[in-house]
Amino acid sequence: MKKEFKASINRALNDANLTGALGKFSEAYKVNRAKAYDGMDFEALRSTVAEAKSKAACHLDEVADVFKANAEALGAKVFRTRDPQEVKRYILQLAKDKGVRSVVKSKSMATEEIHLNRALLDEGISVAETDLGEWIIQLAGQTPSHMVMPAIHMTKEEVAEIFSKEVDERLSTDIPRLVKVARNELRPKFLAADMGISGGNIAVAETGSIVLVTNEGNARLVTSLPRIHVALIGVEKLVEKFESVAPILDALPRSATAQLLTSYVSIITGPTPNDDGSEKELHIILMDNRRTEMAQDPKFKQALQCIRCGSCLNVCPIFRLVGGHVFGSIYTGGIGTILTAWFDELKKSEDIQGLCIQCGNCKEVCPGKLDIPEMIMEIRRRLVLEKGQPLLQKAIFGVVNNRRLFHGMLRAASVAAKPFSSAGFIRHLPLFLADLTDGRSLPAIAEKPFRDIFPEIVQPQAKEKAVFYAGCLIDFAYPETGVALVKLLNKAGIEVVFPEEQTCCGAPALYNGAYEVAAQNAVDNIQALLQQEAQYVVSACPTCTVALAHEFGKTLESLGQTEWMEKAQELAAKTVDLSTLVKRLTDEGRLSFEEGEGLSKITYHDSCHLKRTLKVSEEPRELLQKAGYQLEEMFECDMCCGMGGSYSMKLPEISAPILKRKLQNIKETGAPVVAMDCPGCVMQIRGGFDQQEGGVKVKHTAELLAERLKG
Amino acid sequence: MYELFKTKASAVGAEVHRVGGKIEAVELIVSLLKDENVVDLPGCRAVWAEGTFLNGIDRGALKELPGLSFEVTRERAAQAKVGISEMSFAVADTGSLVQDQSAAADRLASSLTDIHIALVPSANIVPDKVSLFSRISPRTSRYIAFITGPSRTADIERVLTIGVHGPQRLVIIFVDGLEGVSR
Repeated sequence: MKKEFKASINRALNDANLTGALGKFSEAYKVNRAKAYDGMDFEALRSTVAEAKSKAACHLDEVADVFKANAEALGAKVFRTRDPQEVKRYILQLAKDKGVRSVVKSKSMATEEIHLNRALLDEGISVAETDLGEWIIQLAGQTPSHMVMPAIHMTKEEVAEIFSKEVDERLSTDIPRLVKVARNELRPKFLAADMGISGGNIAVAETGSIVLVTNEGNARLVTSLPRIHVALIGVEKLVEKFESVAPILDALPRSATAQLLTSYVSIITGPTPNDDGSEKELHIILMDNRRTEMAQDPKFKQALQCIRCGSCLNVCPIFRLVGGHVFGSIYTGGIGTILTAWFDELKKSEDIQGLCIQCGNCKEVCPGKLDIPEMIMEIRRRLVLEKGQPLLQKAIFGVVNNRRLFHGMLRAASVAAKPFSSAGFIRHLPLFLADLTDGRSLPAIAEKPFRDIFPEIVQPQAKEKAVFYAGCLIDFAYPETGVALVKLLNKAGIEVVFPEEQTCCGAPALYNGAYEVAAQNAVDNIQALLQQEAQYVVSACPTCTVALAHEFGKTLESLGQTEWMEKAQELAAKTVDLSTLVKRLTDEGRLSFEEGEGLSKITYHDSCHLKRTLKVSEEPRELLQKAGYQLEEMFECDMCCGMGGSYSMKLPEISAPILKRKLQNIKETGAPVVAMDCPGCVMQIRGGFDQQEGGVKVKHTAELLAERLKG
Repeated sequence: MYELFKTKASAVGAEVHRVGGKIEAVELIVSLLKDENVVDLPGCRAVWAEGTFLNGIDRGALKELPGLSFEVTRERAAQAKVGISEMSFAVADTGSLVQDQSAAADRLASSLTDIHIALVPSANIVPDKVSLFSRISPRTSRYIAFITGPSRTADIERVLTIGVHGPQRLVIIFVDGLEGVSR
């Protein structure tokens, strides 16, 4: 990671205004968004939106042609181009031909994308952004930090300062007064402008319409007052049918700003009369700038389903800490990372893709059904393919791909770590191996790994068998979780089998873009885990469970190693996480817990992979309550703890404040115990409380349940 | 449906009234204009965009109001404090008004003034966008405008502020007995 990038992160983290404002906003957003969607079937809605957008993306050329034909039949001029330079040439030529001296603009990210303002100013044409946030950043000479709220990073003091300079008058920080200043300053510009430039939120092929969504009313003026209207629209805004407008209008404002609808929506179909009776000149530019290439890429095609609501930014734990500018200059946040890799170049995304902690919050709320974390992983993979892995990483994954060597080193680490074991903090497996090489903080590895303890456990013979997939953390750091799991399953009459050949689930390699390594891990594990006849393959680590149940197949498929697909599917079908399995066994009456008199309050932390990929959140809560605990929900219970695998090592400055917030939320419940289903989260949160007096006890759900077994 | 509309529109800061007919509507408008002190002053302080509501209205009395003009030019609209225009539909579930604003006067009267008074036939409340779209079409309307509450922004520190480039007050008057326009 480049030095300047680290520096920009630290600047952002130390900007109290920025983190404070974004923190408050993201908290309010969550509540308001839920309210806005109250009574609506969000899943159905986003399926409709995604389908309409995806359909258009699959036939971009035809859909664009239909749009062009229909809009031109009404008198608009439509220009489609792949080249952003041509967009600028077109607009500049038009301005020249028509004697345009001044332009007013309604907010448009597409014009930001091609730096249109610069081009106009260079030709001596005055340009005024009229969206308040855009105008602020235009005056400040900055770039937007958020797609929907471009000046969200600025304080009223800064705005007052900028406006004061503009009107040459000392202004106070009174926000309504500042807004009034903007109204007064921009009004004459609207009335005098020769050309209005807008973006477009939707373009409808069958009617040739463009749809504009705003709150301030500036788009209405930009499209009404000047005699020429130019709409610059990315081709991903196209939909085939007019019927798709309603669902997008249902989703966009709700997801963007938690409004049922913005103050203004304008559906413009062909030119309208100007106020002097003449007909307006309407030019619609359909801009490609690599969108067609994206549409043809099986991994990135879905990015064209984006409706640019910015909700991926609003829920991102990283964005709310560092703001948009760390992500780059135009599109920011999760979707911005992807668009930068395409519209700019892959290399430009090298640093910013590393900001994604893969918590999946954005995927859960996306109204276009984009799997942003997955696309960011794909960027990682392509960067690795293009540039190769960093040497150290390569060395580490070389070790991980050799199970004997890997496990040997883990054992060695236990010995090496002994003198330091009071620190009790492992950073990450298997990347912690990096620490062995340069003698930095040493991991706390259990004296005896689970694989050595397992043969000593006396199990009742049973017909029903479950293969236990421990994963590195439980095997080598938290064997007690494994012991608890065996106890639970034994009690329900299930014998646990532990194949020694099992190895790393491949998630660390996968999340770093090293797909070949992950694929080898997948094959090794498939062989090990399917060796024995068993009903289940059970894991007490959600990340491992996701690897077994979802990633193995995808990884192998992406590398064309189809000979293992059938086995991968067989393994996936058997794989289950511990809480889901125990819940099932409890419901069947095969397991029961002691009545919980006098047991303490407990709070539960949702691990990202468990809640959002595996969709398990009620099961552990129900079980813990059955075991006698009194559940006390924490604020943002499903917000990431900042662990994110090697993330906590690569970006400790971001991981630490996320963890701090989590610890605070846990403490505020007053519960002396916090439960969770992921050993990675246990490591992170326990590590955090280790350094605090009166810390909260951090336990894996399996252990808490095993303690409370009846009989 | 009217009650639902009123709840939703009020929630976004619109003022909602309902009157029995055209005469009451005119009375209400005149009293609003008086409250805003725009009727007695010389110069154009209010513009009223032509529409079906004005058919059969005795404009003589209205013309007595020196600040009111039925000729909506950009200069007049930009100066005016109040803009009066007709909206065809009200959408209950979002509290929105909808109109074909292809005519420039409709856009000017509802976007440049400080206060927008919107007249809507009570018969034309529809439950949602889907039912709206079955009655309005881009094939026949070149500029379909949705207006939901007054102009707003939250671009400075996320503080909601009413009235940026559009009106800071939206006064909606539902008129019973007014024939609903067919589309």
